[in-house]
Amino acid sequence: MLDDFIVRAGLAGLGVVLAAAPLGCFVVWRRMAYFGDATSHAAILGVALALATDVPVFAGVLAVALAMALIITSLSERQVSSDALLGVLAHAALALGLVAVSLIEGVRVDLESYLFGEILAVSGRDLAVIWSGAALVLALLIWRWQALLTATLSPDLATASGLSPRREQLILTIALAITVAVAIKVVGALLIAAMLIIPAATARPFSRTPEAMAACAVAVGSIAALGGLAGAFAFDTPAGPSIVALAAGLFALSAALSPLLRHG
Amino acid sequence: MSALLQTRNLVLAYGGNTVLRDVNISIARGEIVTIVGPNGSGKSSLLRALIGAIRPASGTVMRAPGLRVGYVPQSLSIDSTLPLTVARFLNLPRRISAQAAQSALKDAGVPELGQRQLGALSGGQFQRVLLARALLHAPDILILDEATTGLDQPGAAQFYRQIEQVRRTRGCAVLMVSHDLHVVMAASDRVLCLNGHVCCEGTPEVVADAPEYRALFGTGTQGALALYRHHHDHDHDHDHHDHHHHGQSPAETADA
Repeated sequence: MLDDFIVRAGLAGLGVVLAAAPLGCFVVWRRMAYFGDATSHAAILGVALALATDVPVFAGVLAVALAMALIITSLSERQVSSDALLGVLAHAALALGLVAVSLIEGVRVDLESYLFGEILAVSGRDLAVIWSGAALVLALLIWRWQALLTATLSPDLATASGLSPRREQLILTIALAITVAVAIKVVGALLIAAMLIIPAATARPFSRTPEAMAACAVAVGSIAALGGLAGAFAFDTPAGPSIVALAAGLFALSAALSPLLRHG
Repeated sequence: MSALLQTRNLVLAYGGNTVLRDVNISIARGEIVTIVGPNGSGKSSLLRALIGAIRPASGTVMRAPGLRVGYVPQSLSIDSTLPLTVARFLNLPRRISAQAAQSALKDAGVPELGQRQLGALSGGQFQRVLLARALLHAPDILILDEATTGLDQPGAAQFYRQIEQVRRTRGCAVLMVSHDLHVVMAASDRVLCLNGHVCCEGTPEVVADAPEYRALFGTGTQGALALYRHHHDHDHDHDHHDHHHHGQSPAETADA
């Protein structure tokens, strides 16, 4: 059954959602949207580096995304991280990556597939990497869930309870880098941040607890992934953008319904 | 007897600027200690150093072995994107039984709030929920950082009465920072006046009469605080009627 490319595509999409949706809740709660942008845009630089040094693309992206996320984290600890600075980093990383890719000699790089993903070309091996990475992210989040939530509410409250907000931030940073690395094949560097933020934001009006919001985000993301794939097939549109477009449609629906749900 | 919390020659600095120096304080079991001081005097920094959120530039903070701290932050901005019921909040970071949650809410004076969303509470309810959370896990000491910010005077007075009652029933020490000088000082065993260092310390009466304290709060403000100081000077018996005459609310002085 895994021989069928459309089945593999569906499984790849679900794997990414499984990691990105719960992690995306933290990105939304902690107002890290630009952080997600900068980290995922840096993935293109990782692609260039991987192709130039002949290491697997997954490893290159993971390394650069992790480096980028750590740089942003350390800058924000020194309180020089403004909205503008994050914006600069996000776009600088993307531009640098594009330049670097063009400089690689001898390899004809299909840039579009890294920018927007090529979910229909996912191999069995890709699938193994995606699901391992997603399982790792999910395990990290479940393991640290209570501590992450406390640190998200208030770093001081977490410290007073004997937790280290810095360690929790580092765990989120690592989880984000892994998610970017597994998602680039599916939705591409430009749209990874969308898969983090949109399902979580869509789930918000329907949730009374953080856990419910994370579960609901996974459901929304799954509908978007599978529905978007079906749509891409039916209308012959690019798969990654179709998935994100459907997610955005679900968000609009949720935002329209939310006034009806807001009571108490 | 040994102290719950103690600092020795503590110095705190941000980015090279010393905000607090030469702090030698000690908090004993069961006592209520209030820290007062003008804005920027290092009050919150001291509390944050005591809970371990900032590292001293030099000197040491010593905690009694196994010390359990209940911390009530100045305020907490709950991002509107984070859905959280009061009951769920009390379960962070350690899971507790529904019974323990209910009992803490009752002690904090808000037994009915368990299923409400944290973001939908009023200021007073919210501070009480924070207090309830701090009361879980049987703290040896409650640390409150301007916990009545955003409450009106009757609300603040009521909140402090709740804390006194908690101290009576649970016997935990209380260390708090406050701007509400007159309300707090009456309830405190000891007052520390901070202004970059501990400029005076003692019982509320001793501090109120200290020249260092007066220099900071007595003559400098010319406002409500100075007015209060004035008649407090001449009326050490805490005559309630006198307070009312001067336009203060009954709730504020009722428990003084």
